[in-house]
Amino acid sequence: MELIGLINYWIVIVLMMTGFYIVIAHDNLVKKIVGLNIFQVSVFVFYITMAKVKGGTAPILAEGITTYSNPLPHVLILTAIVVGVATTALGLALVVRIRDAYGTIEDDDFENQDGEP
Amino acid sequence: MAAAFSSHLPALQVVLALLAAPLCVVLRRPGAAWMIATVITWALLAIAMVLLGRVLETGTITYALGSWPAPWGIEYRIDLANAFVLVLVTLIGSVVMPYARASIPAEIEEPRIYLFYCMYLLNLAGLLGIAITGDVFNLFVFLEISSLSSYVMISLSRDRRALVAAYRYLIMGTIGATFYIIGVGMMYQVTGTLNMVDLATLIPNLTDNRTVMVALAFLCVGLSLKLALFPLHLWLPNAYAYAPSAVSAFLASTGTKVAVYALARILFTVFGGSVLIDDFGLQELLVVLAVAAMIGGSAVAIYQSNVKRLLAYSSIAQIGYMILGLSMASVIGMTAGLVHLFNHALMKGGLFMVMGCVFFRLSSVQVEDMEGLAKRMPLTMAAFVAGGFGLIGMPLTAGFISKWHLIQAALEKGWWGAVAVILVSSLLAVIYIWRVVEAAYFKPPPKGAAEISEAPLSMLVPMWVMIGMSYYFGIDATLTLDITTGAAETLLGGIQ
Repeated sequence: MELIGLINYWIVIVLMMTGFYIVIAHDNLVKKIVGLNIFQVSVFVFYITMAKVKGGTAPILAEGITTYSNPLPHVLILTAIVVGVATTALGLALVVRIRDAYGTIEDDDFENQDGEP
Repeated sequence: MAAAFSSHLPALQVVLALLAAPLCVVLRRPGAAWMIATVITWALLAIAMVLLGRVLETGTITYALGSWPAPWGIEYRIDLANAFVLVLVTLIGSVVMPYARASIPAEIEEPRIYLFYCMYLLNLAGLLGIAITGDVFNLFVFLEISSLSSYVMISLSRDRRALVAAYRYLIMGTIGATFYIIGVGMMYQVTGTLNMVDLATLIPNLTDNRTVMVALAFLCVGLSLKLALFPLHLWLPNAYAYAPSAVSAFLASTGTKVAVYALARILFTVFGGSVLIDDFGLQELLVVLAVAAMIGGSAVAIYQSNVKRLLAYSSIAQIGYMILGLSMASVIGMTAGLVHLFNHALMKGGLFMVMGCVFFRLSSVQVEDMEGLAKRMPLTMAAFVAGGFGLIGMPLTAGFISKWHLIQAALEKGWWGAVAVILVSSLLAVIYIWRVVEAAYFKPPPKGAAEISEAPLSMLVPMWVMIGMSYYFGIDATLTLDITTGAAETLLGGIQ
């Protein structure tokens, strides 16, 4: 029961580790950005999960409803999503310019071309 | 009207730069964008000075953003530590601006110059926001504003290696920020609040709660990435080496410093500082990493042939000094850390400006290209020597003041090993500074070297102002020491 009840948190951990692994292990710059996105999404899920109150509904005043989920983490994570989008856009823009300058987006090739560590 | 204006100064400190940034994009002309950026940074410096004066006079200022009372709304809370960092950031920002006018067109392509000024203002807004806010989530937002704009500023350089450096910084920086936000989420899960003062009343009693401890770990790792603490510093050398010189000068003296402040704020205000002293190993961990940074950073700096890269590695070592002072969790240690934060900003800012002048004439910052340069650019190289003395920690320089206090703090704790490391790291600094001095002063200029003259006055003056200030605060350190001691006492309030 414990396992089922915490299923969201398990998903968070799995997503987080998957994303983190992709960022570290892949040399392709676009794949790294994808990994970074998965990593960030896990945090979004984490925030949304912790805001859930059992039996609670959306925080809108209505008759007969007394339990509401906490809206604050949703607001916070909206901000974080915007930041994530900006980061992804900037990262991809950099990848485009790197490809223009080096003709490759594999992380290993830059040092060889510049001839120093 | 005037009273209303003056009561909103804390908000203006951040909002002014945030509003002026898009204005640069609208105007597009480099000269106009420079004008706006300069006027705004100087106005911000004036605001920061007024706020510092007010804090010294009447104590902590609180400002409820949008009149939403804390802990529900976002609160700006300015005590001596914040005010000190605000002055530091705006001071560096306003000295770099006149310098940028000549330096930036030499290193950024003409159609992109106005974008630089936009990013500069955004970065300033982000850094000031981190320093001024009293809300841990708001801090994350400003952290990302400042980080995103620094990635852009680095990538604007003509050197294509700057693109890769900016990309790597983006990956590492985003991981750091995400770690920080995970930590914030966990704290919120346990306490239900994001306000630092509110957290400070709840968190210190919860240190046996596992979620809070995991949050602490995430916060520390995340902020350590941003401040480039030793094993997490890999993004820094290339980012500073290939960025335009004005950007290196600005970021090296503000970006990492503000992150050090944020770490101090989290550890000491939010967690009450007791986590350091407790039997938890955090203090030992920070001390070991700081010592490793001091030795490792200085040692690697010796082998660099690109002088900007050399200075970047030296920065990693100097961040070690600050973290060492901070991790002592004593008033004198924290004072030493904070005063070094200020002094190092002046010295390293000045030295990166020297490299900007060298690049302006030489289009290179390699040691071998600088042979015999002292005869051709005497004022510039003299500034390097003067700034270098500061890094080594010679008496009469600001570097001496901070190292002296750091050694005293270490002696107070009985950490003889740390004292030895400070001395060894200073000796290593002698070697890497000497390599450049030797090339510039004692080697003949290469045959057929182009006739070059001194850098333009608009670059020399800000550079010497920066170096001059580092000597002023080395000879008469009462002002900086008074303020940093007060700031240290405020930060350590939770322990005593």
